[in-house]
Amino acid sequence: MIQLSHNAQWVLLSTFILGIAAGVVGCFAYWKRQSLMSDALSHAALPGVVIGFMAAGVKSLPAMIAGAAISALLGAALIQGIRSSSRVKEDAAMGIILSVFFGLGIMLLTLVNRMGGGNQSGLDSFIFGQAASMVRQDVWIMTALALLVLMVAAVGFKEWKLFLFDSAFGGGLGLSVRWMNGLYVFVLVLVIVIGIQSVGVILMSALLIIPPVSARYWTNSFAGMVVLSGLLGGGAGMLGTLISTMGKGWPTGPFIVLVASGLFLVSLFFGTRKGLLIVQLEQRSQRRRLTRASIDMRSLKEEYSHEL
Amino acid sequence: MQAVLKVNGLTASYHRNKVLDQVSFEVKPGTLTAIVGPNGAGKSTLLKALLQQHPTLAGEVSFFGSPYPKVKARIGYVPQRGSVDWDFPTHALDVVLMGLYGQIGWLKWPKKDHREKAMQALMEMGMEDYAKRQISQLSGGQQQRVFLARALAQDADLYFLDEPLAGVDATTERVIMATLNALKNKGKTVLVVHHDLQTVEDYFDHVLLLNRTVMAHGPTADSFTKETIGRTYGGVLRWMGEKSG
Repeated sequence: MIQLSHNAQWVLLSTFILGIAAGVVGCFAYWKRQSLMSDALSHAALPGVVIGFMAAGVKSLPAMIAGAAISALLGAALIQGIRSSSRVKEDAAMGIILSVFFGLGIMLLTLVNRMGGGNQSGLDSFIFGQAASMVRQDVWIMTALALLVLMVAAVGFKEWKLFLFDSAFGGGLGLSVRWMNGLYVFVLVLVIVIGIQSVGVILMSALLIIPPVSARYWTNSFAGMVVLSGLLGGGAGMLGTLISTMGKGWPTGPFIVLVASGLFLVSLFFGTRKGLLIVQLEQRSQRRRLTRASIDMRSLKEEYSHEL
Repeated sequence: MQAVLKVNGLTASYHRNKVLDQVSFEVKPGTLTAIVGPNGAGKSTLLKALLQQHPTLAGEVSFFGSPYPKVKARIGYVPQRGSVDWDFPTHALDVVLMGLYGQIGWLKWPKKDHREKAMQALMEMGMEDYAKRQISQLSGGQQQRVFLARALAQDADLYFLDEPLAGVDATTERVIMATLNALKNKGKTVLVVHHDLQTVEDYFDHVLLLNRTVMAHGPTADSFTKETIGRTYGGVLRWMGEKSG
């Protein structure tokens, strides 16, 4: 067992809870058919992070989270705006916003690094994530916000299900679709902004996309999918962070994504619902049953023809 | 008798095309009305505009003498089967339970009697054996019956159904029509977007012929004539080699 410092233990706990929140919200995005939206929004958060840093003058997580949230929300609003007011389709709109905002973010980042001279701002770590760079206060903020997201998901679980499966019918029952949409973007952006320090803007979306897809291979109930996706996300978050602490200066995001991908591959092959292995086995047994049935038929026919 | 639904001058557009133009009609309680018209006549848009799921440009709509938001709970809506993703991980009973969410109360969990009520609705549709079946593994007709069971569980006074008989098997068609007639006999009001002109006279006591605006409306015997059908379908029928009124 590796001996972890006190700080590292806290960091591990926070990436575990972050992973759970991302896995849960990722399920919402999955059934809204908006997995790519999370990618666009996490890239769109970068300029906000840098502007938040510039405004605060120091590396202050609250300021940068606020900046990230504002710029991600702005990105979401622009995607919506482009889609509804022009012929541009949603995927293209997301592509535009993703690249423009990310480009702007990188540009600002370069400027800040120049201005700071030799003074390393540590902002680079927001691109690929650096969980080890978190201080105690960061851990607290992250964990508290992730728990808030989980609470919003749990309290209105029945409403989320209705909203995701059939929002038109939900609207008829009196569920405010506009409110639910707002709440959905809110939790999505919240998960993204609290995740970018440890996972990074580029790979944050993987933590939202991969766990739900993997969970789908194991369960046939929505509640089961959400819980499992949360656990897979939490596991990937914690394990990835643990591995990244083994080397000095290793980024966290890539390891988290690799662990998540590993879990996905296991699900893809061994998943009990439509996993490749189970599908193969089912097909084989079905084929065997069919051949046996046709053999029975043939022998039956032969008997019959003898009688004739 | 007071009208259950009053529509006056309803106008709506879709992608800058006016699809509903000055639609006005009234529906009496205890009637079973078919909404019929050619493709693109605005049938589905009409339902959505009535239920405030599609923006309207002009016109007034009242249900039981009140605006829609006040009487939402008394109105049931069965959307087109294709409007949802049937791959969603859930079973039939759970979908029917959604019809009871209004009665359960927001942010509250369903109780045992809610589940029993949902099961009852499934039974009425002859679907009790499929209660725990994944909805993705149901046939089209069975999915449609689950949708109707969900509306039944809601226990509304006025029902809107969007193409419930499209692409379903004969058994389902029979079960659905029996259910709609039972609703009517209980004094409920039902409006159905319908595509099959052959069955209008057998299935519905009222008809609303729609092509952007109301072409004819009233008891089927009076309003569903060669002349009105010809007017509604105009060009299409002539193209098919039939004389229009």
